[in-house]
Amino acid sequence: MFGLDKKDASLLLIVAVLVAFAPFLLNPFPEGSAMAQFNAGYPDLMQRFVIFGIFAIGFNILFGLTGYLSFGHAAFLGVGSYAAVWMFKLLSMNVLPAIILAVITAGIFALIIGYVSLRRSGIYFSILTLAFAQMSFALAYSVLTPITGGETGLQLALDDPRIFGSSTTAEGNIPVPGFFGLEMRDSTELVLGNWVFTFNVGYYFAAIIMLAAFYLSIRIFRSPFGMMLRAIKSNQQRLNYTGLNPRPYTLAAFVISGMYAGLAGGLMASMDPLAGAERMFWTASGEVVLMTILGGVGTLIGPVLGAGLIKYMENIISKINADILHTWFAFLPDGLEDLVVTMIYPFIGKGWHLTLGIVFMLVVIFLPGGLVQGGQKLAGLFGRKKASQPKNATTEPAE
Amino acid sequence: MGILEVKDVNKRFGGLQALGKVNLSVAENTCHAIIGPNGAGKSTLLNCLVGKLIPDTGSVMFDGQSVLGRTPFEINQMGISRVFQTPEIFGDLTVMENMLIPCFAKRDGSFALHGIRSVMSEAELRDQAEHMLDEVNMLDKRNMHSASMSRGDKRRLEMAMCLVQNPKLLLLDEPTAGMARADTNNTIDLLKEIKEKRNITIAIIEHDMHVVFSLAERITVLAQGTPLVEDTPENIKGHPKVKEAYLGEAA
Repeated sequence: MFGLDKKDASLLLIVAVLVAFAPFLLNPFPEGSAMAQFNAGYPDLMQRFVIFGIFAIGFNILFGLTGYLSFGHAAFLGVGSYAAVWMFKLLSMNVLPAIILAVITAGIFALIIGYVSLRRSGIYFSILTLAFAQMSFALAYSVLTPITGGETGLQLALDDPRIFGSSTTAEGNIPVPGFFGLEMRDSTELVLGNWVFTFNVGYYFAAIIMLAAFYLSIRIFRSPFGMMLRAIKSNQQRLNYTGLNPRPYTLAAFVISGMYAGLAGGLMASMDPLAGAERMFWTASGEVVLMTILGGVGTLIGPVLGAGLIKYMENIISKINADILHTWFAFLPDGLEDLVVTMIYPFIGKGWHLTLGIVFMLVVIFLPGGLVQGGQKLAGLFGRKKASQPKNATTEPAE
Repeated sequence: MGILEVKDVNKRFGGLQALGKVNLSVAENTCHAIIGPNGAGKSTLLNCLVGKLIPDTGSVMFDGQSVLGRTPFEINQMGISRVFQTPEIFGDLTVMENMLIPCFAKRDGSFALHGIRSVMSEAELRDQAEHMLDEVNMLDKRNMHSASMSRGDKRRLEMAMCLVQNPKLLLLDEPTAGMARADTNNTIDLLKEIKEKRNITIAIIEHDMHVVFSLAERITVLAQGTPLVEDTPENIKGHPKVKEAYLGEAA
């Protein structure tokens, strides 16, 4: 199906179904119940899941296949965002040209940065990409203020030209991004008993693009190009003496993953038309590294899972505060309640990074293959009978 | 005129003259061995042939073209394949993938961006790879993770990867170093078979005299960076200069 083998096609299908029903799956708790704050099925967060999923899928094409650890991929995300917002300012509020320009601009940036950085490998490559990203951040934050909006970020204004659209709506507001009339922020709500499910245009738009990006990444993983990239990770010396030039391969991978980042950046701007320099900050670059490692480096689905987990923790755990903890542990005797709350308190709210750090350490130590390896172990536990049968002779290449 | 012509090659590392006025001519479709005691400059010479090192002076011509200043992948594309002292294979990949990569390199050149179609759809190259694996008796291992194989199998895989490209010249850098006797004999048999089956020129650097005398048709003895003698194996065996180089003056 779609030129994929059975296993990959079913993976794609499962992801498609999960993404399509995400508004239901992420809202398992009825509105107003104590658990409702663990619901993640609201548009803003769902959009982030798929957008950072795209970012991580692209990053994995570089890091997972070639082993080159870029520490500056947020720069491409930021560049994509700026490019998209400029399209909204100058051309029209249609997201299509904005996203296309975002991808192209990020690709050109990646070509330049990659060409220089890929002269080195290993830690030196990482440092070079980090330096470029921090330079981009510094430029966007100060010197390039006329283009980037500096500290305040790039925002839409009522007097933007928008030559193919209108500068203002009939009501005198700034128009909102849309896809041929479909406004990204439009939502429909479905009320079933105590449950409220939100279906957002922007989410589904981003989700369809994410599925396309995921499909493309599967094709790349299974292609001769993907095989060459894995060969680069495995043994560059042999590759050289086999008549292949590693440089253009790594550069192509770098540009492709930069374009994925640009796509994610363009989508972010499409959901919320503003762009700030902080999107290029090194912590944002580090985040995508964490996502990929957490999910499983070099696996197809891992980066998406990692992106989902980190964004979920960032948005859900950070919202828990001391009052909520007190209501949870109200059943305990007073002194014990205070003690338990005091012990948990550092890990919630602003301390969610601490929780993330612990989860990250546990995954790296016990599941070096990331969440995907965890899933495989679980599957092995439940399907032990199956596993005892003689293994299929075909060994699959790293998923 | 041989397929490989090395003329007056000098290479100096600081104060050490690693190669001094090396002249070497490897005739087409022969097996030419380069032997010599440790530090004779055998590996330096080999590295000059494949583009890893550039000689200070002199010329290296392969098939009528100079190899100097070319990168290893360009030299491979000219038709020289190299087997390393310790097998260099793609350990993270399966045996079949290991075989396919040289096939792609041969067909598509040093870079080709085939990012969409599946590796599985390349029936012709897969046939080619399987055929070669069959020739070295490794077809049953094609789906194995190559890093998990024995050293002997890795060596055979590496040779198969070189041979599937149909190189004009196969360079072997101590192919039996560190091998058990049985493995060494297997390698000799494999190389003999290869030589009989195809018209290929082999240049071999070797320590093991048993290997050299079972394979080589021509032998060059290198000592202290210069060729001492070049002759047939029969004449080399009894040559006084060779004995001297290997065993010292007292012998």
